[in-house]
Amino acid sequence: MDKTPNTTPRQSSTFDDYTLSEIRRAAATGIYDIRGGGAKRKLPHFDDLLFLGASMSRYPLEGYREKCTTNVVLGTRYAKKPITLDIPITIAGMSFGSLSGPAKESLGRGASMAGTSTTTGDGGMTEEERGHSKTLVYQYLPSRYGMNPDDLRRADAVEMVVGQGAKPGGGGMLLGQKISDRVASMRNLPAGIDQRSACRHPDWTGPDDLEIKILELREITDWQIPVFVKVGGARPYYDVALAVKSGADVIVLDGMQGGTAATQEVFIEHVGQPTLACIRPAVQALQDLGMHRKVQLIISGGIRNGADVAKALALGADAVSIGTAALVAIGDNDPRWAEEYEALGSAAGCYDDWHEGQDPAGITTQDPELMKRLDPEIAGRRLANYLNVLTLEAQTIARACGKNNIHNLEPEDLCALTVEAAAMAGVPLAGTQWVPGQQTYT
Amino acid sequence: MQIDITDGEIRNLNQQLHAQPADSTTKCEVLNPNGAHAIAVGLNAPLNVSINGSTGYYCAGMNKHANVEVHGSVGPGAAENMMSGSLTVHGDASQYAGASGHGGLLNIKGNASSRCGISMKGINIVVHGNIGHMSAFMAQSGNLVVLGDAGDALGDSLYEARLYVRGNVKSLGADCIEKPMKEEHLTELTELLKQAGADATADQFKRYGSARELYHFNIDNASAY
Repeated sequence: MDKTPNTTPRQSSTFDDYTLSEIRRAAATGIYDIRGGGAKRKLPHFDDLLFLGASMSRYPLEGYREKCTTNVVLGTRYAKKPITLDIPITIAGMSFGSLSGPAKESLGRGASMAGTSTTTGDGGMTEEERGHSKTLVYQYLPSRYGMNPDDLRRADAVEMVVGQGAKPGGGGMLLGQKISDRVASMRNLPAGIDQRSACRHPDWTGPDDLEIKILELREITDWQIPVFVKVGGARPYYDVALAVKSGADVIVLDGMQGGTAATQEVFIEHVGQPTLACIRPAVQALQDLGMHRKVQLIISGGIRNGADVAKALALGADAVSIGTAALVAIGDNDPRWAEEYEALGSAAGCYDDWHEGQDPAGITTQDPELMKRLDPEIAGRRLANYLNVLTLEAQTIARACGKNNIHNLEPEDLCALTVEAAAMAGVPLAGTQWVPGQQTYT
Repeated sequence: MQIDITDGEIRNLNQQLHAQPADSTTKCEVLNPNGAHAIAVGLNAPLNVSINGSTGYYCAGMNKHANVEVHGSVGPGAAENMMSGSLTVHGDASQYAGASGHGGLLNIKGNASSRCGISMKGINIVVHGNIGHMSAFMAQSGNLVVLGDAGDALGDSLYEARLYVRGNVKSLGADCIEKPMKEEHLTELTELLKQAGADATADQFKRYGSARELYHFNIDNASAY
């Protein structure tokens, strides 16, 4: 008699390889997984949108010949000195401490070459960054590490951080191995100990307090510089409305693909909303208050290419901000360090244990030997190149849609590939006039 | 100089104070503060500012060098992020007094509410009365001196700040413990009491500080939170 055939071994979709490995890791260590970066799961994103391009009803502009402007002015509501950027792509806040000094210098060099701004992050303002950033935004965080009035007065804008997309409602943790003497000194803490960055500010809670806190910052800076308010992608309509009410000049809205230096994996993957889902409610809030384009909106979280930039702008943003992509541009997760990533139990392209301070690329580390691997001049040039490509790509799309200003892109230029993306972006499903959640156009 | 802010217009006040030369010791009397917010913030010279009445939020915020005196009470966040100089309050202080202060002396002649000295980073705070709950939460460095009593969870998640309390402490927060008063502490405290014009002697106080058991993440400490 023939042997009974075996069925092919089948792995559970629910208990897949990653899930099993995480259960085993948790059981072995008793500690939740901490990592850097943003959400890694597949999410509705800008790839689910398409531009329609010009056709009979709209005519395109000639690439490389007809002008398509990209500059943006941030902080026009109250600041005496708004920021003017050549391109609508800024560098997001990333802390010195999490990043090395050469990494901060690289970001400053690259951003300045491309005509845009950088942002400090937790841990204070370094000379590397101020010295090489033509336009520098100084973050005002719950921890207040390194916060001082002298640096505040030499900043080009101040960014009140309420939350970030990777962990709306969460603080941070910089583990002891990255707390060098210099990092510790800037934060007024002993070297080598874990440093907790608080999840909420020590001296205000809620929008009514925030309005007074912003007033204080304006008084300290004589109303010269713009005040940004950064929120994570939690309740974008109400968060944006309350930020406007509190007196923000600029609102930075960070979706869940936005990175962090370190937090719990469960936080990154399970709290907050995708970037795509955040934009239209935020723009709607600004429009309902009559403040769209008066209070500028910066979108961040998963911006990778010029198409993403163009799509964010078309949905109503004034600018976008990049963090993860900027780090990749200067050398993070580069295949040239593949063997060393593998020695750390990871792989080039996957490495996210930034909190451990052993980054072979010399970016997310305070190890003097590893830091030497990053040449800020070369890395800065790479970032500038990348920013230029993003801009050229976004211009290419804008011209194809017949726009002589990148900010003239609009939702009507878009359609969606999935029902979910159509609902989130508020644009029609491709091939239909159907926008889920909205009355059918007839 | 004398500046009346009856109408709550603080822009003119702060602008005039910011315009003083870096070495100016000018005396400025502020009249009718009426609880206005952000009075005398961001000062950057050794000015002598006297405020005749009570203030709102963030009085003397981010102060550097100046000596500010309030003849009344102060709202939340007084002397927040102060770098140097002093703020003397002849009344009471609301929440978060001295929050995240880096230096200087915050001298509160009355009581201070909750979270006094939260996240302090080098400031010296002397409270002649009592302080509320969660004071010195995540306090990093500097000294908090309390002549009266302290509320619940004093010094929760404390780093290296030193806490001196003469009265009763309702409860200590996570990782905060009583520590012995050594000679260096008696000397330091005596000097602070003298600076603040406090009617007390160092030997009347107990010292509290960090047990340093939460300095490195350890899952076995999870129950501490």
